[in-house]
Amino acid sequence: MRHHRLALCAEHFLDWFVSYTQRTIEEFHMFSSSDRLLVAVSGGKDSLALWDTLARLGYQADGLYIGLGIGGDEGYSAASQGKAQAFADAHGLTLHVVDIKKTYGESIPELARRTGRGRGKPCSVCGLVKRHVMNRVTLEGGYAALATGHNLDDEAAVLLQNTLRWQTGYLARQAPVLEATHPGLARKVKPFCRLYERETAAYALVRGIDYIYDECPHASGATTIFYKELLNRLEGHSPGTRHSFYLDFLRAKKKGQLLLPAEEEPDLHPCQQCGQPTTAPGLCAFCRLWA
Amino acid sequence: MVKVIFRDKQWELRPGMTVRDAILKLGLDPEAVLAVRNGQLIHEATLTQDGDTIRLVAVISGG
Repeated sequence: MRHHRLALCAEHFLDWFVSYTQRTIEEFHMFSSSDRLLVAVSGGKDSLALWDTLARLGYQADGLYIGLGIGGDEGYSAASQGKAQAFADAHGLTLHVVDIKKTYGESIPELARRTGRGRGKPCSVCGLVKRHVMNRVTLEGGYAALATGHNLDDEAAVLLQNTLRWQTGYLARQAPVLEATHPGLARKVKPFCRLYERETAAYALVRGIDYIYDECPHASGATTIFYKELLNRLEGHSPGTRHSFYLDFLRAKKKGQLLLPAEEEPDLHPCQQCGQPTTAPGLCAFCRLWA
Repeated sequence: MVKVIFRDKQWELRPGMTVRDAILKLGLDPEAVLAVRNGQLIHEATLTQDGDTIRLVAVISGG
C-alpha cells in the first residue's frame, strides 16, 4: 500500500483493514455500537467485505439484497443473490431480500424497456429503484443508517466527474455521511470511503469471501469505470493521488475553504402513493415508473 | 510455462518475470487487477515459476 507506505502480511493486513474501517466510522461520526444498521449487499466484493467487517467489529448489521432480475433465472442477479445468501447463512446473519419483479411486477430490464428511460440502458431506472427500496426498507426496519460499500475509488471517480463539470451542487453534497434531512429519508453512511478498491478486493480475497467476480452486464462502458481508469493511470504515475484528491477535498470542505453553494433544503412533501418524500407534485419518480 | 487467466481469456508466458511485468506484458493495468496463485493473493513483485497458474482478478467495478 504505497499511499500508506505500508507493506503487510495477510494476517496484519486483515487487522489493519478492520481497524482502519473503525477509525473511519469514528472520525466521521457514522454510528455507534448500539445502532442497528442495514447493509446494502449486492453479492460483490465491496458490500460483502463491508458486511463481514461490520460483523467482526461487533455491529448489529442486517443485509438487504435487491433482486433486479438481470440475466434471467440463471443470470447475473440470480448468481449474485446466491453469493449474498450463502454469506449470510455461513455467518448467521439476517438478509432481507426484495425481488423487484415479485414485489412490483416487472424486472429492472423490463421496466427500463417499457418506460424507455436511460437511452437503452437500465442503469438510471436501476439506480432510482434501488434508492427507493433501500430508503423504504431502512425506515420500515427502524435501522439507524443504511451502510453502503462505496470505496475511495468510487468517491474519487464521482468527485473527478463533478469537478470536471463544476457540478457545485453535487460537490456540496458529496460526503461520507448523508444525513437524514427529512423524517422520510434514511441516513446513509460509507464506512469504506477511505479504502482503495484494491484494498477491499484484497480483503475479500484474503478473507476467502466468495463474491461474484462478474460485473453487471450493463456496466460495460459505464462512465464511472472510465473515470476510475483515468485515476488508476494517475495513481500508477503518482501513488497516493486518489487518496489525497478525495480526502483533501473533504478537509477543505470541512474548513470552509471551498466556495460551494449553501445546501438549500428542497421543498419535500409525501408522495401521494408511497408516502416517500419527493419534490415532484403528486407522485414521486419511483411511483411514476409504475403508473 | 506460466498460465495466466483473466476473465474468459488465457495466456502462456515464459517464467521468471515478476507478476507486475507479466500483467504489463499482457497489456493490462497493474492497478486494476490482483493476482492469485493456488487460491492465495500474491504480491506484484513475486517471480513467476514454471508450471504456475495465475488468475487475475479485476479490481474495478462500477456502473
